[in-house]
Amino acid sequence: MMGLGCQLAMLLFVPGFHGKQTALAPAGPQAFRIEHTFLLIFWITAIVYLIVIAVLVIGVLRARTHDKGIPTPAPANPTHDRIVARIVAGALGVSIVLLFVILVSSYRTSHATAALAASSGLTINVYGHQWWWEVEYPNSEPYKIVHTANEIHVPAGVPVTIHSTSRDVIHSFWAPNIHGKKDLLPGYFNDLTLEVDHPGNWRGQCAEFCGAQHAHMAFEIVAQTPQDFQRWLTAQAKSAPPPANPQIAHGQEVFLSHPCVMCHTISGTTANSRVGPDLTHLASRSTIAAGTLPNTIGNLAGWISNPQSIKPGCRMPPNPMSSADMNDLLAYLETLR
Amino acid sequence: MMPRSCRILPLIAAIALLSGCQREHRVFDPGATGAQVANGIPLTSIHLGDTSPPQTPYAQYAGSAYAVGEGKRLYNAYNCVGCHANGGGGIGPALMDSDWIYGSKPEQIYSTIVQGRPNGMPSFAGKIPEYQVWEIIAYVRSMSGQLPSDIAPSRSDTMPVKKAEQAKKKEHPSDEYQQPIQQEKK
Amino acid sequence: MSTYTVSPILPETSDPRAQRLDAVWREPSGFVGWFKAVHHTTIGKRYMVTAFIFFLAAGLLAGAMRLQLAFPEAHIMGPDLYNQVFTMHGSIMMFLFAVPMMFEALSVYFVPLMVGARNIAFPRLNAYSYYLFAFGGLMLFCFFFTNTGPDRGWFAYVPLSGPDYGPGKRPDVWAQLITFTEVSALAVAVETVVTVFKLRAPGMSLNRIPLFVWGQTVTAFMVIFAMPGVVVGSTMLLLDRTGSTQFFNPAVGGDVLLFQHLFWWFGHPEVYIIFIPGTVIVSSIITTFSRRHIFGYLAIVLSIIATGFIAFGLWVHHMFATGIPQMSESFFTAASIMIAIPTGTQIFCWVATIVTGKLVLKTPMWWVLGFFFVFIIGGMTGMFVAAVPVDLQVHDTYFVVAHFHYVLIGGAVFPLFGAFAYWFPKITGRMMSEKLGMWSFWLFFIGFNITFFPMHIAGLRGMPRRVYTYGPGMGLTVLNQIESCGYILLFVSVVLFLLNIWVSLKRGEQASANPWGAGTLEWATTSPPPSYNFLNLPTVNGREALWDAAPNQPVVTGLHEDTREFLTTRTIDAEPEGLDEFPAPTIWPFLAAVATTVMFIGSIFRPVAVSIGAVPIAITLIAWFWPTRQESARRRKRDKWQKT
Repeated sequence: MMGLGCQLAMLLFVPGFHGKQTALAPAGPQAFRIEHTFLLIFWITAIVYLIVIAVLVIGVLRARTHDKGIPTPAPANPTHDRIVARIVAGALGVSIVLLFVILVSSYRTSHATAALAASSGLTINVYGHQWWWEVEYPNSEPYKIVHTANEIHVPAGVPVTIHSTSRDVIHSFWAPNIHGKKDLLPGYFNDLTLEVDHPGNWRGQCAEFCGAQHAHMAFEIVAQTPQDFQRWLTAQAKSAPPPANPQIAHGQEVFLSHPCVMCHTISGTTANSRVGPDLTHLASRSTIAAGTLPNTIGNLAGWISNPQSIKPGCRMPPNPMSSADMNDLLAYLETLR
Repeated sequence: MMPRSCRILPLIAAIALLSGCQREHRVFDPGATGAQVANGIPLTSIHLGDTSPPQTPYAQYAGSAYAVGEGKRLYNAYNCVGCHANGGGGIGPALMDSDWIYGSKPEQIYSTIVQGRPNGMPSFAGKIPEYQVWEIIAYVRSMSGQLPSDIAPSRSDTMPVKKAEQAKKKEHPSDEYQQPIQQEKK
Repeated sequence: MSTYTVSPILPETSDPRAQRLDAVWREPSGFVGWFKAVHHTTIGKRYMVTAFIFFLAAGLLAGAMRLQLAFPEAHIMGPDLYNQVFTMHGSIMMFLFAVPMMFEALSVYFVPLMVGARNIAFPRLNAYSYYLFAFGGLMLFCFFFTNTGPDRGWFAYVPLSGPDYGPGKRPDVWAQLITFTEVSALAVAVETVVTVFKLRAPGMSLNRIPLFVWGQTVTAFMVIFAMPGVVVGSTMLLLDRTGSTQFFNPAVGGDVLLFQHLFWWFGHPEVYIIFIPGTVIVSSIITTFSRRHIFGYLAIVLSIIATGFIAFGLWVHHMFATGIPQMSESFFTAASIMIAIPTGTQIFCWVATIVTGKLVLKTPMWWVLGFFFVFIIGGMTGMFVAAVPVDLQVHDTYFVVAHFHYVLIGGAVFPLFGAFAYWFPKITGRMMSEKLGMWSFWLFFIGFNITFFPMHIAGLRGMPRRVYTYGPGMGLTVLNQIESCGYILLFVSVVLFLLNIWVSLKRGEQASANPWGAGTLEWATTSPPPSYNFLNLPTVNGREALWDAAPNQPVVTGLHEDTREFLTTRTIDAEPEGLDEFPAPTIWPFLAAVATTVMFIGSIFRPVAVSIGAVPIAITLIAWFWPTRQESARRRKRDKWQKT
């Protein structure tokens, strides 16, 4: 009965969940196809399960003895067994046909989801790091190359190829609302073509165990209309603006004279290390710490002063500083739009 | 003979276990003092009590394989590799031999990193948190085989350009070890 | 309780012969004697108890994980400890519980009894394998308590576990744990194959071997073919880490995927190494409690063998996301779906047996019924992970966690608890309490589903595996809290099970030789079996030896009973072939295991320990195989007799 309950629970839970990171609310043609295959397999297996369990339960109820002791083993009845053999063979035949249906459906979906690669309109390079995502929009003109982190902007309705590898250990790129996973392997480049069909925000997460902060290695997928996307790309290619007032100028000085400068880049300044995420347009991003916290001033202050209390084991050291310095630094970072 | 060795065995086991604990210890949050940036300027030259130098936290970093591994990562991230290469030296001096211009002791390496040295070694004052400096020092010392092989890093996932630190023969810097007296050939 | 025996062909008496045999076969006594024991029932019991202790330990670690995951962004455990805990849980369950229990313990204890032999082939190797297994587990816990528990997952993928990203000795401990358990599993595999092929009772031709023995034989072959993959992989990992080799370094042409191929070459058959013993337990219990010969014996045997073969064609389905070519994806999808056919065949045959039999519902049978409900769900979710596009969504999520717990707990632990209830009287001579047994069954069944069913949904809602925490507002909190509550029921159930064992050992009803009226040979001797297993070595006249025995079924005669002599039979028809002699108890396998342990642990710290450590191992092995004068004389005599 428990098994029946489980199947019913599945029916109740599966539809009607609209998360930002779930395979149950597809936002692209591939995720739709996959969900269809999922549902097909679900119904086939659920019905087969119910039939097998029903036969078993009825069989148990009928075959059960109510004798006190243990009866003598009965000699097999050959004619009876021959009929049962036919039923078993029939059931097996039906199962094989159903397995074949699943197989064909799986092949067709695989083929359809992979076919998108041929019409890809844009390539984005994604590099996995412990524990964040480096995103690069390549361009033949070097000054137009865009670097960002943990946020992947894509034009809606256009197939986009994620060209990926890892800078350290194995990670796995997974935005379930859009498509299945693809591993980021050191020494290999993997391409994953995906398409989002309407503008919106979705969340993805690393799916391959990658060390201490595997749990906090998420990213946002931001789908925009092609025009918005182009506008965003142009803005991202620009350098950071020079400080507009003394407070911001002091904030920049704090940034450049503290350990921040050892790992981060802000283009237009002397900070140009690629160890950590590029911060040139930090304030334009919606999350910090690889999708761990919303990008608000308060969170940013907490993150800068002690990242180890939020993501223990992450690469960024704590940065104790006076509150005046912190205020100015935050004011400066807020200008990096 | 037998009873004594029986008594010693548990002791050895206990020491081995405790050293295992320290070797695997991972401190993610270095605490308030460790997180301060190393600025190289002593706040005051006066301190209470006798004149013995203040204890450095070097031992706790040099005893943790994780800290040494972090030191190795930072050695590359902070571009030490740019001048010192993978220990063999280039623009800067080699770090895997027994020659130390400014001393091989942890406190001396600390000064070298934080205050810089003439003719090229920049000062990293204010740029690196205290605890990371100690991690880098522990790693730098592992390059000349100063750390036990179960703590020193293993090979890297890069082109092999040198022996793994854990396989490096121990060098004997002249300021820490008495050098063998050179016998004059007759 | 009525004790019903069918054709008691082998009456046990306390005649002088029994006393003579006991004098020859009795295990040495005393503290040192404990380490000399070589009889398969002694070693088998030790295997069971040790593996079950590891099961309990890994279960407690699971409780720690459920506590941590009960709240989003919880700080009960940090990521460092959590990663050790989940790695320990997986490694212990797979390497120290599932394989040692389902294959080694049950095989060592029951296969010789079921084929009517007085001991397992190579009994000293058997003792050695047990000590190695126990020392490996002990080593793992010693390292765990000194903060050196492996923390790279039970699969320890490079480069995360490799030299550059795994500082310290944690991954080395994992690699050597593998070596320990694999050596012991390989040893038992060899013993099982030889026992089944050469030591069967006369008349037990291939088509009369009990299904349980068939299953363990196929499993033994799978162990022999699968384990070398992971031994090679983990040794290469250890060499990369301590010997600076470059097997997995992509910068110089090493390959990180090579490790995955080696690991899953073993890792997927591993699932069937755990599951096939489960299925044959189910076959045994169903036969006994349906009071009829199993329906479709041949189909089941062929299914087991087919499973053994197909299991080696599935390993890449753990790697669909690594970007392998579509052609190979298609092949491995087809193979993964195909393995449902033999498993389905077995399920249909079992249902047919139950439906056409006279079903006696006792605790073992309830566990088997629970197996049907749970395992089939696991098999069905297997279809989702076999289909590449769906797998790309559910791979490495909690959906997969749910899937393999349904498969492994459903396919192995449910039958195992059934097996405990079924064979407890044979092993201990006392019946288990039916009442407590039913309580622990129902609590386990309900608790299991509450714990693991919501994980399917959590996975579909986007919860990846191996995360030490998850964000609030992801729709995961309530599901995780339900799962954590289910753990409490599982915990209570296992406590009741232990209580049942305790109470039954103290005050359980005395068991007769064959309390369930079963048909296989282990029931043809007293409960528990004497030190020589069978007073009269049986011969066999049908698939269920006791049910099919002729009224005047003969017994084997003519063996020298003043030595540990035994009869070898031909592999196919089990006709008598020759005579040989089991070795006597000795301390040397234990000492050899100690020497091997020292070498394995040493190699974690210094590669040179392998060379130095080989010397004491060689010495212990020489002493182990040193023949006595009388033994050699007897052997020469037998050889002469067999040649003429």
